[in-house]
Order: sequence, then structure tokens, then C-alpha cells
Amino acid sequence: MQEYKLLGQKPTRHGFGHALVTLGERYDNVVVLGGDITGSVMTSFFKEKFPDRFFSIGIAEQNATTIAAGLALSGKIPFFASYGAFCAFRNADQLRISVCYNEANVKIGGGHAGISVGPDGATHQVLEEVSFLRALPHMTLVVPCDYEEARKATIAIGEKVGPAYIRFGRSPVPQFTIEDTPFELGKALVMREGNDVALIACGALVWEAMLAAQELAKRGISARVINSPSIKPFDVQTVVQAAQECGAVVTAEEHQVYGALGGAVAEVLAKNYPVPVEFVGVKDTFGGSGEPEELMVKFGLTWREIYASALVAMERRDKGFLGSVRRATDVAVYEEETIEQQ
Amino acid sequence: MAFDNRRRTPEELAEVAAEIRRDIIKMLVEAGSGHSGGPLGTTDIYAVLYLGGILRHRPEEPNWAGRDRYVLSAGHMAPVLYATLANAGYFSKEELLTLRKYNTRLQGHPGRDTGLPGIETSSGSLGQGISIAVGMAMSDKLLDKSDRRVFSLTGDGELQEGSVWEAVMAASHYKLDNFCWIIDNNDCQIDGRIDEVMSVYPIDAKCESFGFDTITVDGHNFDELYGAFDRFIENHRNGTGKPTAIIAKTYMGKGVSFMHDKFEWHGKPPSAAEAELALKELMASN
Ligand SMILES: Cc1ncc(C[n+]2csc(CCOP(=O)(O)OP(=O)(O)O)c2C)c(N)n1
Repeated sequence: MQEYKLLGQKPTRHGFGHALVTLGERYDNVVVLGGDITGSVMTSFFKEKFPDRFFSIGIAEQNATTIAAGLALSGKIPFFASYGAFCAFRNADQLRISVCYNEANVKIGGGHAGISVGPDGATHQVLEEVSFLRALPHMTLVVPCDYEEARKATIAIGEKVGPAYIRFGRSPVPQFTIEDTPFELGKALVMREGNDVALIACGALVWEAMLAAQELAKRGISARVINSPSIKPFDVQTVVQAAQECGAVVTAEEHQVYGALGGAVAEVLAKNYPVPVEFVGVKDTFGGSGEPEELMVKFGLTWREIYASALVAMERRDKGFLGSVRRATDVAVYEEETIEQQ
Repeated sequence: MAFDNRRRTPEELAEVAAEIRRDIIKMLVEAGSGHSGGPLGTTDIYAVLYLGGILRHRPEEPNWAGRDRYVLSAGHMAPVLYATLANAGYFSKEELLTLRKYNTRLQGHPGRDTGLPGIETSSGSLGQGISIAVGMAMSDKLLDKSDRRVFSLTGDGELQEGSVWEAVMAASHYKLDNFCWIIDNNDCQIDGRIDEVMSVYPIDAKCESFGFDTITVDGHNFDELYGAFDRFIENHRNGTGKPTAIIAKTYMGKGVSFMHDKFEWHGKPPSAAEAELALKELMASN
């Protein structure tokens, strides 16, 4: 299997911006709507290249979403992008009824997602939209892990008919997939083989899961790393197989722990193959200002939590029960051990 | 030393405003991110409101039950609110330098969860603060029968949010003469000039047709600002049953020559060198 190495750092939003230009070149019915934030979410690339197919709607996310539905019902493929905080929630009703219920071919790019938007603070650090969007019938939902995957995912949702949402961040994040790395909606990708524990992640936490797997290997634990960018449709088979072969699972995402990737994994396993699952994510709290790196540490979104959670999940498996072990203290102990090892 | 809150001459207000602007520059350069343009452009309004005897408030007793309330609907302009509150004595000026940092009370956008004194509500999602302000004004006038007043400032780009118009429709419907809406009309937003992004003009005719006593002023002229706020207070006192809208014509980045009227300064901080230059200009200006 391909070995994934760190190739540099780049924001996923650039992948989105570049892919829009590609889509614009391929299809002349692709149009883009701006929400007064085009330079930040990189719809500016498209705007420069195809000024006649770019429409500024102003700071009006509800209107932009429903205008997009109207364009879609007239044969266009509209993309609207803004901060995820405002183009998943301000327009939630519009997404539900005008877009999804209509099965309108509307694509939303939700930028600056997650805690890593940093100094802007809690209002802008959207950490809940994946749960909401996942629950919408007909929605396709992707959370890419790096620039290259964001680029491919944007093209994929552009070429699939129906409502879709792609989530991307602001800060540069590790780049480790390449042009040849497969990407398919509805498919997860095994990034590293292993049979002791499965680490299932999306977005910026995929690389952290890779780092956690490296650390676990030092302890003789072989972790399988699964990148699951496609939250909906979801790759049930890869997840169930991982549970069957590893018997212990950790999910990791830059999102609330409720109802997103972790929720999807838990639902699938509860129905098909129950094993202990530990959830890495934001624990039912709002974010706050700070630098992205310090916030990722504060909110427990680094390889350390994935590593510690892997040990907890395996212990629960080995003790033969699905219930919780002394989780809080265990994580603290594992964290201390890890820090000592460094 | 904090400034006290009293009627001031234009010269005195210019001094207050220059001090607030200097604080804004110092905060932003220290933070390394944040919004310069709107805060500098609205500073003169804050000087009159908070330190010129318009807003009835007690910095030493931030939750005083008789206070007028001010809601910053355009939450990204937080630096000017923080700098004004510190200059009024709500908290120390040293704390201003924690803007946007880890564990700060001075969040990138106002956060009520921080407990920072003087913050009436969280804001940062455009078009919401003004509805909160209308709710407060309804509570004061229709339920508590108190004589408190509520002020709320929106940007002009913010007017593109439909919810703003829902808010002011309700203010008019409920005859909230205790409600004063301030519009920062700097004609700038992130992507460019208001007209290029999505025109909201004419603003005055819209406000009037929504039932507001509408006053257009030069937002950097203290006499005109006093005139407008005094008319609002009169409207309230006389029980006209009409809310008041003050359209303040301002310049983004006012007070710093290289930021003046440039939308590019909406959301970025000055570099160290730019801050030095800006502070020099702001020293000379009073
Ligand atoms: C609902 C919502 N959409 C988008 C944004 C992002 N945003 C922050 S400030 C801003 C522009 C505001 O323009 P204006 O009100 O004119 O303020 P100014 O540029 O004068 O500071 C935008 C689009 C937001 N904060 N909230």
C-alpha cells in the first residue's frame, strides 16, 4: 500500500478554490455565489476567471442559499461558500427545505470550520454543522483531510447531481495525499494497516491519527488508520471490517463529539458489530480565541488524545466489556506516560 | 485614569477619541489579527455615547439595573468597544493587550461567557445583535415600563442580512421610541464598496419607510452626533412612539491616513511598522 509522508502544509480551502476553476472550465453551467467573503473562501479564483458566472449576493446567507436553489432548478450548478458558521446554520431552514427537500443541485462550501480558525473566537469556530448536515435527507457531505483531497472532493460533489456540502478550514494543514491517491464519495481509505486498534478520522485529524499510529507502533501496537472524508454517504463496510479485525475503535474529528463522524461510526457498529469506541473531538463546549495550535491542544484534538483513547479502547476490549473503564484517569495516566517518553 | 462620562466640548471629545484610537492600534498590533477599519471609523460615536454623557451607565457597577444598554450588532468591531470600556473604567487598560489571545476575556468577537464587564450580549454573526437589542427594548418599554434606552450599532454591509429588517420592522411595530439604531455608513465591507457587493441604498428612505425618525450625520462631527442623540432622547422623553435611526457617515480607518476609506483594512491589523506610523499620526492629531 501507498505510504503517506508529510509533503508540506497548505490550507484545504485552496483545494476548494482551485477545483472550482476546474469545474468552471469543464462545465459552463457551474456558477458561484459570493457572500462578501470571497477572498477567504477562495471563490475569488473563480470570480477572476469567470466574472460572468460569479454573482455577489452580499452578506445574506439565507438568500444566497435559496437563490442557489432557484438557479439549480433552472439547470445551473451553483456553489455558495462562506464561513461554515454562517452557511450551514444561518441558512439551515433553507438548506433543509429549499435545497434538500427539493433535491436541488446546490453545493455549499463551508470554510473556516473548526476550532483552528483561532483568534476569531467561538462565534466563528463552527463545531456542530456536520451533525446537522448529516441528518438532512439527500445531502452529500464531505470533510477532506488536506489540500489534494479537498480539490478532488470539490470536483466529485460538483459532478454528482444533488445537494452537497464540503467542509474546509482556514489554517494550513499537513499535506500527505497525492494526485494518485484514490478518492470516491462513499468510500473511506485505509492509510495505514494494523490490526490492534482502528483509528477513524476525517479532516485535519487524519494526520494526527497517523502520528498517533506511529507512537502506538513504538509500544508494539499496530493501529489501522482510516480516513473517512465521506461522512454521507458513509463507508459502512470499511468501518465494520475494521471493527471485526481490530475489535477496538477510536474516532477523531475537529467537531463536537455528538452526531458527526463519531456518531456515524457508533451507529454503524451498534447495528452491525458492537465493539468499544472512544471519541476524540470537542466535548460539548464552545471554543474560544487563541492560536490554532494552542487551541487544538486545549480542546484535545491532537495525536495525544487519539493515542490515549486507543489504549482505553483496547483495554475495554481486552477486559471484555463495552462499558467504560476509569476513562478520565486512564487518559491522564496515558498522557503522562506519553509525555515522559518524549 | 479613566475618563468620566459627561457632556464634553468637541476638543475634549477629540482627545478622548484619539486615546481610544491609540488603544485600538496597540491592541491590534499585539493581537496580530483582527479588524482595524470599522473600529477606527466608529470611535467618535463611542466617545460621545460612553464618555460624552449620552449613555447612562456606571462602569464601577456594570450590571446597574437602571443602565441604558448598548448592543454591538457588528461584533467584529469589538476592539473599539473594548477600548472604550477600558477608557471608561470597566477594566484595566493592560487587559486590552490580551485581545484575541488564549483564555482572554477579550474574544475576537464579544463573548458573554467570558464575564467581561460591559458586554451585554455575544455577537459576531451579523444581523443578530440588533434583534437582541429590540428584544431588550421591548422588555424595558412594554413589560418593565422602565425609562431605560437601548442603542444598537450595525454596519452598512450588515444591512444586507434580511434579519436586520425583521428587527427594525418589529421596533417600529411596537413603537419602541426607547430604541436607537446607529448605522455605520462607511460604504465599505470585506469584498469592496457596498454598491459593488450588494447595494443597500438608499438607506435613509428605507429607515423612514420602516417607521424610524431618521437622522443622517457626519459620524466624525461631534456637534452633529450630539444633535442626533439629543433628538433620540427627546423622542423618547416625549413618547413619540417612533424609534430613531442615526445614519452616521463615516470613513473606514478614520484617523490613520493609510487606512482612510480603504475597505482592505476591514479585517486586518497593522504591522509593527504600520502601528508605529499610526500611533505617530494619532499623537499629532490631538
Ligand atoms: C452572518 C454573518 N455572515 C458573514 C460574516 C462575516 N463578516 C464579518 S464582517 C463582514 C462585513 C461586514 O461589513 P460591514 O457591516 O459594512 O462592516 P465594516 O466592513 O464596515 O466593518 C462579514 C461578511 C459574519 N460575521 N456574520
